[in-house]
Amino acid sequence: MLWACILLPQLALDGVLRGRDDPVAPLVLISGPTQRRVLQAVNPSAHALGLRAGQTLSTAQTLAQGFTCVEHDPAATEHLQQLLAAWAYRFSSQVSLHYPRALLLEVESSLGLFGPWPAFEARLREELTALGFRHRIVLASNPVAARMLANGHDGLAAFCPDQTRAALVRMPIERIGLAADAATAFVRMGVRTLDQVLALPRDALARRFAAPVQLHLDRLLGLRPMALACYMPADRFDARLELNFDVESHQALLFPLRRLINDLTVFLVGRDVGVQRFTLYLEHAEAEDTRVVVGLLAAEREAGMLFELARGRLEALQLVAPVRNLRLLAEDLPRFVPPLGELFEARTQQHQPWEQLRERLRARLGDEAVRTLQVQADHRPECAWRLGEGRLANISAPAAPRPGWLLATPQALLADGFQVLAGPERIESGWWDGDDIRRDYYLIETASGQRGWAYRNVGDSHSLWLQGWFA
Amino acid sequence: MGAVVSLDGLLDTRQVWKGRPVAPPRDVQPTGHAALDAALPDAGWPSGALTEVLLASAGSGELQLLWPSLARLTTGGERVVLVTPPYIPYAPAWQAAGVDLHWLSLVQANPADALWAAEQCLRSGSCAAVLCWPHQADDRALRRLQVAAETGQALAFACRPHFAALNPSPAALRIAIDSQPAQWRVLKCRGGRAPAAPIAAYRRG
Repeated sequence: MLWACILLPQLALDGVLRGRDDPVAPLVLISGPTQRRVLQAVNPSAHALGLRAGQTLSTAQTLAQGFTCVEHDPAATEHLQQLLAAWAYRFSSQVSLHYPRALLLEVESSLGLFGPWPAFEARLREELTALGFRHRIVLASNPVAARMLANGHDGLAAFCPDQTRAALVRMPIERIGLAADAATAFVRMGVRTLDQVLALPRDALARRFAAPVQLHLDRLLGLRPMALACYMPADRFDARLELNFDVESHQALLFPLRRLINDLTVFLVGRDVGVQRFTLYLEHAEAEDTRVVVGLLAAEREAGMLFELARGRLEALQLVAPVRNLRLLAEDLPRFVPPLGELFEARTQQHQPWEQLRERLRARLGDEAVRTLQVQADHRPECAWRLGEGRLANISAPAAPRPGWLLATPQALLADGFQVLAGPERIESGWWDGDDIRRDYYLIETASGQRGWAYRNVGDSHSLWLQGWFA
Repeated sequence: MGAVVSLDGLLDTRQVWKGRPVAPPRDVQPTGHAALDAALPDAGWPSGALTEVLLASAGSGELQLLWPSLARLTTGGERVVLVTPPYIPYAPAWQAAGVDLHWLSLVQANPADALWAAEQCLRSGSCAAVLCWPHQADDRALRRLQVAAETGQALAFACRPHFAALNPSPAALRIAIDSQPAQWRVLKCRGGRAPAAPIAAYRRG
């Protein structure tokens, strides 16, 4: 087995930066109790101001001004790890979050699909960069070695235990994940690299050091296996984004929305599902949350399209109060079936498939805006058609001519101004559902030459009602 | 007479503008009416362009004009969209005219959104023909439809009242439908002179 370790050295900071629309502005992460605030991480432009991780906030404020402080949130970092594991699950079925801020992937079985390794690695790097995470990637023959080699290497690929061992023995003793007291003891003994440790007699080592040290060294060299807890993808997607300030316009919500939807598609692709329905919660400081439900007719997972749809729903909304947080919840995740394309399609320049167009129209005009017509086997004109989806059996049309346009409600015709061309045709039906009709239909022509379809109720000799136009 | 100039000389000095040869239409979209096809320069609807149908009032012959084309497109598995039709399309009659209802879609929208919806449908490239009934369509709106039809290579039909004929229009083809006598008059057609004589309309029923 080959294990890749993706180390995310700046996970917390990257997680904050990718949520901001000006990532180059100076920004620091702070943590610690209120009395002693400490800089946890700084971004490059804050580093250029002279700020360093580990400084107290008061020191930083005397050194520089105009940097943004963001509270370090361990829960958000944990959430990011879960998201990245969902992303990595797309490439490998064995993904582990055993070490903090690091993803372990078993990749040998994935090489057939994504390989060879240089191409696979390039793809991982490209996607991580697009997601906005700085990273180091190392390949080794066991997970512990991969993790520890990532401490000192980036882009290293050791394909067999011998290569892994060769790379490991040059590692300094403090960087191979030994407990701090053990590492210090080795250094004080004058042992600085792993090959010096391995040169020591094994029984002497066992006498001088606690058992976990030998265990760790054996695991590092792949002599003893290590059981890893594998990541299990969640059944639902639930992400929440704190906006840090009150948002009162739709425009300001679009950037966080795009980020949430990008994360959603990362999750969907990793699980190989689509989303049929998701809910946006706009959380207000005082008022109750506003819910925006985005429903689709078919499962989709294309980020641009989902964003367009959510945006359409959002823009139609009146914000009742400033928005504090944005949350996206997707629970309806059916299997995603990619649309079948035809190789020799008549319309070669299909920019946007009909399904996407239909969703787009529905998003702006309402769920009921796009409909299909169906014929129903009924003699009553009102009941001979209905709106709906799906294909019905072919029903033979009546022999007598029928108008192409039907009026929603029949209109009374004036006594003159038309002449009857044909008729009557008696339609008498519907006794079973209470809406029974007894009508004589006539083909009429108005003075202006329009042809209409009008009826007279049997027994009512006066008024003629216009119901359709022969257009 | 010294004023005799050779034709080649005139052409060489570029004093005479030569019309470019008309590129043959990429695909012919027959209207389904032989007399009308014969009168139109493309032997059918201008493909990827806007056609204006001018009516005395809604429901006076537009379906007889368009049904054969819609039937041809839908039975060929191409989508036709009606954007805010003025009345309910009576399904049995449309089916009797040969239209495959599976490929016919209805879009309901308020007047402000109707043009947007029509433009989206045209632009998408997934619709073969889009029928719309624009209210208060100005020159700019029609031009947008024309450009969208070109982008999506779709047939755009805009049904408008007769008096709109007085205003110029960017449509590639303008046809007025008269009820008495039942006839079609081609007011404008791109790529040729509009036929002077009206064409007798086909009327069923």
